[in-house]
Order: sequence, then C-alpha cells, then structure tokens
Amino acid sequence: MSSAAAKKPRPKYLSLAALLFEIRLPAPAWVSGLHRLSGALLFFPFAAWLLYLLDTSLASEQGFVHVRSYLAMPIAKLGLLVFVWAYAHHFCAGIRFLFLDLNKGIDLPQARMTSFIVFAASIALTIFFAWRIW
Amino acid sequence: MVSRIVVGAHYGLGSWLAQRITAVIMAVYSVILVVVFMTGRPISYGVWKELFTQGWMRVATLLFAISLGWHAWVGVRDIVMDYARHDGLRLGLQVITIVIIAAYVGWTVQILWR
Repeated sequence: MSSAAAKKPRPKYLSLAALLFEIRLPAPAWVSGLHRLSGALLFFPFAAWLLYLLDTSLASEQGFVHVRSYLAMPIAKLGLLVFVWAYAHHFCAGIRFLFLDLNKGIDLPQARMTSFIVFAASIALTIFFAWRIW
Repeated sequence: MVSRIVVGAHYGLGSWLAQRITAVIMAVYSVILVVVFMTGRPISYGVWKELFTQGWMRVATLLFAISLGWHAWVGVRDIVMDYARHDGLRLGLQVITIVIIAAYVGWTVQILWR
C-alpha cells in the first residue's frame, strides 16, 4: 500500500451526503441514478396525477374546461415540467440502456458521451415543452 | 413432498426481458401520442373525446397501462429490494406497489370504457 493511500480514512462509507458532496460520480452513474429517481417519481405521484387529469378531462366538457384552467396555473405547469423532465430522462436513459444491453457503446469514451447526450436531450425536451406551454 | 424453488434459474431473466419489452411498447406509444399532439388540430373537448373513443386508441392505451404496470413492478421491486432491508417493511412495500398497480390498471379501464 502506498503512503498516500494509507493517510486517507478507511473504510469509506457511501452515504447519500458523500455521494452528493464528497465523491465525484462519473456521468453514467448520474444517468443511472436519475433513471431510478425519475422512474420512482413517474410511478408515484405522476401516474396517479395524469390518470386523474385524463379521467376528469374525458368525463365531461366541464371537466375538460376545468383541467384546462387547472393546468394554466403556474404550480400545475411546474408540475408538468417536472413530469416532462422525468419522462424524457427516463425515456432517453432507457434507450441508452437498451443499446448497452446489446453491447453497443460500452467503452468508456462512448459511455460518457452518450450520458451527456441523455442529459442534453432530456433538458432540451423540457425547455422546448416549457416554451410551448408558457 | 413438493419442493418449490421460487428463486431459480431464469427467474430474474424473465423480469429483465419483460421490462425491456414493455419499455419498447411504451416508447412506441409515447412517440405516436407526441406526433398526434404535434401535428393534430388544436385539442378541443370534441377532438379529445373522439381520440379516446376510437378502438385502436383504447386498445393501445390499455396496452400502455398494462406495460407500465409490469415495467413499474420490476423497477419498483428492484428499488424496494435495494433499500428496504427489513423483511416486513419490504413485503409491505411490495404489497402496496401491487395494490397501486392494480388500481392504476383498473382506473384506466374505467376511464377508457365508460
């Protein structure tokens, strides 16, 4: 063991705080972690929220008008934006994982590049959606 | 004597494959829906209602809901297995997940065939 390594306190425990503030995770790790987080958010609460919106908007014309005015509120638009980001990230990262399953893009430079493409694409889609609804 | 092997070979492989197949189904539906929104007429109540009255849209949406339920079961179960270390808590969370998925699919059927 080299002397430099020996000075560091070991073992190092991977707490959430350590992952966020001490350790620089590689880009693919962020894609993976955010894929999990966005998936959890899409399952709950977003799926329930969207089913409620679909239900109300299809039930009657009054319901449709209600949903339209409800979604015009800034807080509801913000919710939609978070949903769109989560959906876009989960979608793009998921397609990346499908290619990884087929052994495409598994070497480090490509894996890093496609990670940044996933971040860029999902953020771009979210910004485009924001521009459309505001 | 019956010996059951619940966790055997291919058990995880089936879930893994199901998650991928349902992902592709949902991706195709998502792209179709976005295209409908982008190229379609401005959405009034009549247009909206008519879209979800068509047979293909009802079947496609139901297929999406079932895919989502299956996909989410594999994904949420992975999350629960990773973080819920206590057996009782893990079982409870898995039961809640199944109940939520069943409720989502039932609600979707109710919305589509009213």
